[in-house]
Amino acid sequence: MSGVRVLVGTRKGAFTLTSNEKRDQWDVSGPHFGGWQIYHMKGSAVDSNRLYASQYSDWFGQLIQRSDDGGKTWQPVGNKFVYDGVPGTHKWYDGTPHPWEFKRVWHLEPSLTDPDTVYAGVEDAALFRSTDAGQTWSELPGLRTQGSGDLWQPGAGGMGLHTIVLDPSHPDRMFIAISAAGVFRTDDSGKTWRPMNHGLKAPYLAESTPEVGFCVHHLAMHPSRPNVLFMQLHWDVMRTDDGAESWQEVSGNLPTDFGFPIEVHAHEPDTIYVVPIKSDSEHYPPEGKLRVYRSRKGGHEWEALSKGLPQSDCYVNILRDAMAVDLLDSSGVYFGTTGGQVYGSFDDGDSWTAIVRDLPAVLSVEVQTLP
Amino acid sequence: MIRVVLPPHLRTLANVRGEVTLDVKGQITQRSVLDALETRYPMLSGTIRDHVTQQRRPFLRFFACEQDLSNELPDRPLPDAVVSGTEPFLIVGAIAGG
Repeated sequence: MSGVRVLVGTRKGAFTLTSNEKRDQWDVSGPHFGGWQIYHMKGSAVDSNRLYASQYSDWFGQLIQRSDDGGKTWQPVGNKFVYDGVPGTHKWYDGTPHPWEFKRVWHLEPSLTDPDTVYAGVEDAALFRSTDAGQTWSELPGLRTQGSGDLWQPGAGGMGLHTIVLDPSHPDRMFIAISAAGVFRTDDSGKTWRPMNHGLKAPYLAESTPEVGFCVHHLAMHPSRPNVLFMQLHWDVMRTDDGAESWQEVSGNLPTDFGFPIEVHAHEPDTIYVVPIKSDSEHYPPEGKLRVYRSRKGGHEWEALSKGLPQSDCYVNILRDAMAVDLLDSSGVYFGTTGGQVYGSFDDGDSWTAIVRDLPAVLSVEVQTLP
Repeated sequence: MIRVVLPPHLRTLANVRGEVTLDVKGQITQRSVLDALETRYPMLSGTIRDHVTQQRRPFLRFFACEQDLSNELPDRPLPDAVVSGTEPFLIVGAIAGG
């Protein structure tokens, strides 16, 4: 393997950070789409030159950009996201019915096998798919019409479908997560869906064990063990060993179990990373110390990783899609902050280096391991 | 020819500099001008008007001849000076965000 390309979406444009396998010298390219919010960028697993980007502006709405040359050039593709049929209503913040309205694309997930197929998770929550490299988009309506949609409610950031996890060993299975509805799974390529939230807690809901209404922040899976998923819930870090049929808390000794991202080590399925954040109303690290926490046992027991990270007066946040790992033999772990730093670790998290320090607020980080 | 001034981000997106000139058939209205604009620059579809409702995006305004035409009916004829090409039709991004 020859190197890595880190795809960074920020509040004011996109950046790519490229290095060889040593990852000690970085070429920074950008801003691309300067002035636009880049919610997410991701490359195809089967064609490293094929990239997709979600580009958004409060003025001009949603665009999707595609690159066929690894980010050197881009072309706008289809941006027409229309719900299937009459979309009906979901719950508004005050519990009253509110019409479904497309706002933006939070997450793009390219197929594991076809570079022209890509999924889009959108706000208001729904799943769309393109099979022509982003030119046209169709909703997979079985999710939104699964039966509980009228009970879904936006989180503070909106009612976004923000996480899409494809199961590499069961091509018809995928998991998605919505704030604040929860986790859903399909076993028939998106035709039908089930809520998969048994074991989650939602102290912000009146009902103690509802079927939906959970503010799931992110999910992570190791491809070698697709029945095991890890979750950063609004509060609580959770784990399932049965494909999300049931969830158990693994927050253990974390200083706070609130946070946004969660990731799994590229080669160690039981090594996971989170970034604890003080609380849901104080979106910054506890004590002003930026610390990644690592568990090598799939949860419960966590250790703080702080070498190279600011340990005083640090009040940035790390958003849900802003952490990723590369697949090099000595795997790299990366995350971006709302303060514009992108940090990397090339020793499993023991120490960290700022690759860039002064980008706009980072919304998302993905990594491509280049052939 | 109808002259259209786009906001800077949309000029970048459409890969144009300065004003756009359009040959618009039939009556010259907001709708016919925007239809012609989107036909020539398909990447602008959805950025000025909602794909489905065709409503103007809320942070954009339409001006011409020192008049705010944002809330005019889309099929109302545009001013003669726009029709003759003396004055441009301006698509302006609202000042928002401080």
